[in-house]
Amino acid sequence: MREPYRRPMSSTTWWLSKRIYVLFMLRELTSVLIAAFLVVYLIQLAQLGQGAEAYTAFVERLASPGWIIFHLLVLIAALYHSITWFNLTPQVIVLRWGEEQVPPVFIAGSHYVAWLAVSVAIVWIVVGN
Amino acid sequence: MPKSGEAFWWSLFSAGGMVAALLLPIHVLLSGIAAPLGCVSAEAFGRQMQALVSHPLTKIYLFVLFSLTFFHCVHRIRHTLYDTGLREYQTPIAVICYGMALIGTVATVFVLLAI
Amino acid sequence: MVEPSITLEVFRYRPEIEQEPTFQTYTAPYREDWVVLDALNYLKDEVDGSLSYRWSCRMGVCGSCGMMVNGEPKLTCAAFLKDYYPAPIRVEPLANFPVERDLVINMDDFMHKLKDVQPWIIRDQEKPVSEGEYLQSPAELATYKQFSMCINCMLCYAACPVYGLDPSFIGPAAIALAQRYNLDSRDQGQDARREVISQHEGVWQCTFVSECSVVCPKDVDPAGAIQQAKVSGAIDWFKSVLMPRGSQ
Repeated sequence: MREPYRRPMSSTTWWLSKRIYVLFMLRELTSVLIAAFLVVYLIQLAQLGQGAEAYTAFVERLASPGWIIFHLLVLIAALYHSITWFNLTPQVIVLRWGEEQVPPVFIAGSHYVAWLAVSVAIVWIVVGN
Repeated sequence: MPKSGEAFWWSLFSAGGMVAALLLPIHVLLSGIAAPLGCVSAEAFGRQMQALVSHPLTKIYLFVLFSLTFFHCVHRIRHTLYDTGLREYQTPIAVICYGMALIGTVATVFVLLAI
Repeated sequence: MVEPSITLEVFRYRPEIEQEPTFQTYTAPYREDWVVLDALNYLKDEVDGSLSYRWSCRMGVCGSCGMMVNGEPKLTCAAFLKDYYPAPIRVEPLANFPVERDLVINMDDFMHKLKDVQPWIIRDQEKPVSEGEYLQSPAELATYKQFSMCINCMLCYAACPVYGLDPSFIGPAAIALAQRYNLDSRDQGQDARREVISQHEGVWQCTFVSECSVVCPKDVDPAGAIQQAKVSGAIDWFKSVLMPRGSQ
């Protein structure tokens, strides 16, 4: 007698069942904070249309504790996105150097180096000169 | 012609993911934390930003950063909604998500052109 | 001296006597060198002959004895009792599959998907035997060798939440095997497989949870295979849009 039994799976809470699923869900949810940041950042940049003073005034308003906490959360989300993204690159990008496969550490490592380089470059452009 | 347009959306997602991973943290740190807290002089920062953003190359840079990251985010949000119980509403969710990213991209163009 | 023992909580489903599955608690002798499969074999031989499960080689080659051990997909022939002792061990059939009976799952869906991706060498034209074999360099072998280690044990499907939520997803092992043949220098079947791989239910459903690669007992990295297939799928897509006639 065949009567296959289908075990139920919660379509809304399955990701709470395992640590790796929770970390996955956190990784995906970084996108919500990043999107929210982009909207705020766009409004910030839009102030430049009214001149540097309007922009400065807006930036000073962001010094309130609420906004600082918001931006700290965004920063954590953005860093989590960057780290998980770079760590996964060796599984996506497979390169060969002649006969040999480029070691996975080198693929991820080069992304970290590039990350550091562009971050320093942006700081230098915006603040340094 | 492949049957699925998913390839296109996925390309925007992964390009945006790479751009966001490389560039976003430092932007958040500078504009959202360092400048408001006065680690860099807000006034000098404002003048410098205006000088920078007036340049067409910076506008192109910001356009790429904003539009690709918007599409990256909505792609993830779309799949997260599918994976948390809304699998039956795939088409409306996709339309809303990518529509939002498109609105964000158009808004970015207007903001950048107005500077 | 009392012989040490270990408790197993085993998922039972007997469709002829019960509508819903239950858990049955058994006690098996504890031995340092025993795996969960040894304990199950002991129980079937000595305690309860009605217990049903699949196994064959008991050495990680056949891929038959995959089950959920304390919620993790494992080959029970490689899950040592000593890693769980003295706590009880909960043994269930592989997640995300319908259960036929006790620890036996129905694998029809996987078998169909496996066949759909045509995991064999496809040639436009076979060359006659008199012309000799198809040669391959070690470097060409290296491009796909990892993906050829798959033993079809289905642990990756039990680990994949996307497959659990939507069984139409082609899934990790089938895509990894498609990739194994797509990357083979002797193969010319990419176009034939693209139909299945590049469709909505193919690679695009995957959200790169990566748990499939974590649980794989053969280190195949199906998650990587799927992402690499996405990259080639995206390149194909742009080629077909930019050069509708040229690329065919």
